[in-house]
Amino acid sequence: MAALINVPSKARRGDIIEIRTLTSHIMETGFRHTADGKLVPRDIITSFACRYNGTEIFRADLFPAIAANPYLSFFTVAKDSGKFEFEWIGDNGYSTTASASITVE
Amino acid sequence: MPTTRRQFLSLASGVTVAGTIPIVTLRPIEATPAMLNTAIRNVVGEAQIRSGKVKLDIPPLVENGNTVPMTVSVASPMTADDHVKSIHVFNEKNPQPNIGNFYLGPSSGRAQVSTRIRLADTQKVVAIAHLSDDTFWQVAADVVVTLAACTEETN
Repeated sequence: MAALINVPSKARRGDIIEIRTLTSHIMETGFRHTADGKLVPRDIITSFACRYNGTEIFRADLFPAIAANPYLSFFTVAKDSGKFEFEWIGDNGYSTTASASITVE
Repeated sequence: MPTTRRQFLSLASGVTVAGTIPIVTLRPIEATPAMLNTAIRNVVGEAQIRSGKVKLDIPPLVENGNTVPMTVSVASPMTADDHVKSIHVFNEKNPQPNIGNFYLGPSSGRAQVSTRIRLADTQKVVAIAHLSDDTFWQVAADVVVTLAACTEETN
């Protein structure tokens, strides 16, 4: 599944940078019914985590009240050049990863 | 015997009643303020929740409850001694009171999280911040929703 990551490619050491992520997912709430009255089973992303050079810097628990195609924006301090790793985990064994690299001067 | 108008009408209405399948089953599935309180207590425990420090940016009037932009920020220096551990967002009237839990740390630099949420009704949204000194701070915002999310029928 496609994920869009927005991380500045360069930053000065100590800068506070914004990380924005968007992933495509239906986020079916499990509270909706079809026209013939059947409950549509829940299918959501339940957790998101971001690691910066192996250390977890941000984590989120998501619920059905998060809109489809979950968008998350958060901040971190640019410490070292390296890699951000992103992971989404959800119902029905859903799992996606993405990564982005940054150069810190 | 010719059918009178009265007989015909009573027969016709009988057919209509029998022919009507109860398709519309609008269940009032929504969280109640009591469920909101329970959800908050599950996170906070017995601790006192104070007002302030937290800012919740959400439009006061939304046309489409399916995607409502929301930003929570907390006034915090985000140092090792004084930072925001987590931010929890709740609602009053969706089928479930939780919206999201966000875990931060001193390396976040700034205590601010944005996402897009669903709102099933005109209601109150509550954001609670858990600080490193184990105090809890909250803010609430009222949102008017004209098109509800979460429970509508699929096509």
